[in-house]
Amino acid sequence: MTGLRYVYAVCRPFDAALQAQLTGVSGDPPRLLPHGGLVAVVSHVPEAEFSEGALRDHLEDLDWLTATARAHQQVVDALTAVTTPLPLRLATVFRDDSGVRVMLQEREADFRRTLDRLEGRVEWGVKVYVEAEPAEQARPERSAASAQSAPKPVSGRDYLRQRRRQTRATEDLWSRAEEFATGLHARLSGRADDARLHAPQNPRLSGAAGRNVLNAAYLVARDASEEFVEMVDRTKDDAPGIRVELTGPWAAYSFAGEAEGDRS
Amino acid sequence: MTVVERREIALVDLLDRLLAGGVVITGDLTLRIADVDLVRIDLNALISSVNRNVPSPFGD
Repeated sequence: MTGLRYVYAVCRPFDAALQAQLTGVSGDPPRLLPHGGLVAVVSHVPEAEFSEGALRDHLEDLDWLTATARAHQQVVDALTAVTTPLPLRLATVFRDDSGVRVMLQEREADFRRTLDRLEGRVEWGVKVYVEAEPAEQARPERSAASAQSAPKPVSGRDYLRQRRRQTRATEDLWSRAEEFATGLHARLSGRADDARLHAPQNPRLSGAAGRNVLNAAYLVARDASEEFVEMVDRTKDDAPGIRVELTGPWAAYSFAGEAEGDRS
Repeated sequence: MTVVERREIALVDLLDRLLAGGVVITGDLTLRIADVDLVRIDLNALISSVNRNVPSPFGD
């Protein structure tokens, strides 16, 4: 079969079979391409869709991007069930098998080092949000009824006082949220082998309520994961107006680069 | 406070990892688009397509 080679991940050789119905990007089932002591997980993709120019256009097409990202993730996820994969960046495409082999050979030492570092570990995502409408939550003295029709300030001084109270409540929630996120990140980092901060997510893209103040990833050993998840779960203290979201376990996407995190 | 564990993976969480994470392989052998281009998949393009399908919760 002709076409280009899409590479999902690099692994050490493993015995388990991949799920029979697993399909990759463009619907072609992924297969293993061993070379030296490593295995690349690849599938065929049509040149019409994945040539450089086509790729550039497609990456701005949300439906295409969604389908490709989900297919990529599905393959990496299936690998995570049977081994510790080293995931590659989305849309890493080679002209042919021999290109993939040359890459495996050239990067072998790097790959081995990174695979050792990730062995038996998964990634957990933790996000902290400040809920929308903080002022309402921070001022319990204002009843639901008054929220419907806020009392009209009788004088300029009353108005300013009201505004000041609102501003203070908002600032208070913000500083509490920041303190909370910093503390949580420190505690979770203490339990993790490594941590990365992603940029806060744009609420218009995520559709999530509230403002994202922490978007972090933690590298955690599989056998320490239950404890880690419980630790996140225990953050259910009294912290009104603040929401924590946990995602995972993921393959160690955020930790696939250099250990120091500097990819130049 | 609530701790929410989502079953369905959100696209943004996926893109945080697939576009910013993962091993980057460069060289003549790959057709991988340059990082510059990835950065250009700017949120603007995505946001406009998201908003076409899903009404903004903020009512613009």
